[in-house]
Amino acid sequence: MKNKVARDIPDNILKQMTRKPFNGVTYGHPIAQRVAPKVRATTGRDKVLSSIDEVVAKTVADGMTISFHHHFREGDYVFNQVMRSIIDQGYHNLTLAPSSLTNVMNDIVVEAIKKGVVTNITSSGMRGSLGDAVSHGLLENPVVFRSHGNRARAIEQGEIKIDVAFLGVPNSDNAGNANGMDGDAAFGSLGYALIDAQYADTLVLVTDNIKAYPNTPASIKQTQVDYIVKVDAVGDPEKIGSGATRFTKDPKELKIAKTVNDVIINSVYFKEGFSFQTGSGGAALAVTRFLRQAMINNQIKASFALGGITKPTIDLLNEGLVARVMDVQDFDKGAAESMKDNRQQQEIDASWYADPANKGAMVDQLDVAILSALEIDTQFNVNVMSGSDGIIRGAIGGHQDAATAKLTIISAPLVRGRIATIVPNVTTVITPGDSIDVVVTEIGIAINPKRQDLIEQLSHVPGLPIYTIEALQQKAEKIVGQAKPLVFTDRVVAVAEYRDGTVIDVIKAVKD
Amino acid sequence: MEIKKTAMAGTLESSDVQIMLSQGSDGITFDLVSDVAKQFDDAIKATITAVLALYGVDNAEVKVVDKGALDMVIKARAMTAVQRALDLADEPNWEVM
Repeated sequence: MKNKVARDIPDNILKQMTRKPFNGVTYGHPIAQRVAPKVRATTGRDKVLSSIDEVVAKTVADGMTISFHHHFREGDYVFNQVMRSIIDQGYHNLTLAPSSLTNVMNDIVVEAIKKGVVTNITSSGMRGSLGDAVSHGLLENPVVFRSHGNRARAIEQGEIKIDVAFLGVPNSDNAGNANGMDGDAAFGSLGYALIDAQYADTLVLVTDNIKAYPNTPASIKQTQVDYIVKVDAVGDPEKIGSGATRFTKDPKELKIAKTVNDVIINSVYFKEGFSFQTGSGGAALAVTRFLRQAMINNQIKASFALGGITKPTIDLLNEGLVARVMDVQDFDKGAAESMKDNRQQQEIDASWYADPANKGAMVDQLDVAILSALEIDTQFNVNVMSGSDGIIRGAIGGHQDAATAKLTIISAPLVRGRIATIVPNVTTVITPGDSIDVVVTEIGIAINPKRQDLIEQLSHVPGLPIYTIEALQQKAEKIVGQAKPLVFTDRVVAVAEYRDGTVIDVIKAVKD
Repeated sequence: MEIKKTAMAGTLESSDVQIMLSQGSDGITFDLVSDVAKQFDDAIKATITAVLALYGVDNAEVKVVDKGALDMVIKARAMTAVQRALDLADEPNWEVM
């Protein structure tokens, strides 16, 4: 069956997974019943266990759904320790439901799949050897990819039922009061993990830093925690976030960043009290710098910055150019470290950040979102999931969620090496073109024709060439030549949901 | 024309291509490694084959390590490699360029 973005979703997949095809970006006002976790009553005096093996033996059973967060990113020690114990103790048929999977987790997940320990996965994304293995059909059941907001929705509505959550924290007391802001492996906001803490039947904290009771501020509360395990180290501080932020010197990235800035400041949204979300990465950081100067020049202040936070955004907060930072994740040390001293840097959970099925998420208030892309097509659909070889190598993150902003800008180079970024048809649709407003490249911009208002606002800006998206696509093709279409088998290895839980696309196994 | 000696041009930097030509006896044969092979293997081979044809080379073993080079880069590297392989590097065949 063809869905609203003209992707053919096999009927047997829809039936087998009881999903509906994507049918548009509007969520409306459906009423949903949320689920509640089981609670094992305790006085809280017997929570600290001596080893991961012991806590795994006490909590895990065949067929369960287990979860993790990815706030330690490439410096994560918790995931590997827990999964090693689970594999060695011989469990089978588990569903792995982390907020996302980083490269340090790849090898052990591949091993767990091969041994039948893990038979289902849902995640924001995957890359490297795991993405490669899944794209070659290693896992029998399709992986389900969900955005951060959609994961929160799916957990709240019971579509993901977490039996045991193993959450690494850089500090906790012996009753389970914990936060992400303090300790050797501090990473700042616990945003994604807070949903697991709220909805898992059993919650295990893994920490290397037991603090005196009661430990505050408590992002995770003792009322939610079943067990605490002390380990030597939960993460490698050097790899948790990128170190000192360096601004890009790449002239192409700078040109793109300056053009993004031109789009923002010449739109009607650039006014006192506006709000924005930028991602990480060279161009996004450079946008923040250009935007800072524009805010100073025009005496405009922002009401909030949202999403994954970096040091340059914290600098805007400290300068008084941004009133609040609404922080679901911190990408670098500077952002992570400032949280504990800065009351204006508010930790938010994934539901508050981006869930369409609550009573109002932050993204619903967002004016400007600057997002990246692996591919954009002439329908403005965006792929952030599969690479130019068709292999899974990305993550939805908050892309679909933040793209609902009033002005959604995709910043991307026209070509990367010999790979065109703007193509006739993206390999995998992750974010529908209906929620994309402007595409910015180094040679100029394209505006979604349904945004005639933006075309008008941006038509007379000096040095801001406007092309049709088709013209940009043809320019890219002229540079790189015409690519042969990728060849896939018929086997579906992954299903990408839209943020409302419908199926926006499927990913098939590659043919080598 | 016959390849006189094994010759190479290009580097392994991104967006470059390294092409090595050696004597062959079975037409133009390729050993191709490319980051973009799935989309562009045929295009890369066609470009190199066309350059070899300009120099009248019918038999050659071609080893290509491509790092996503654009067509014009592949063409330039192929020309350099073939001029070296034919011992023409000191007196390039300007007509074909």
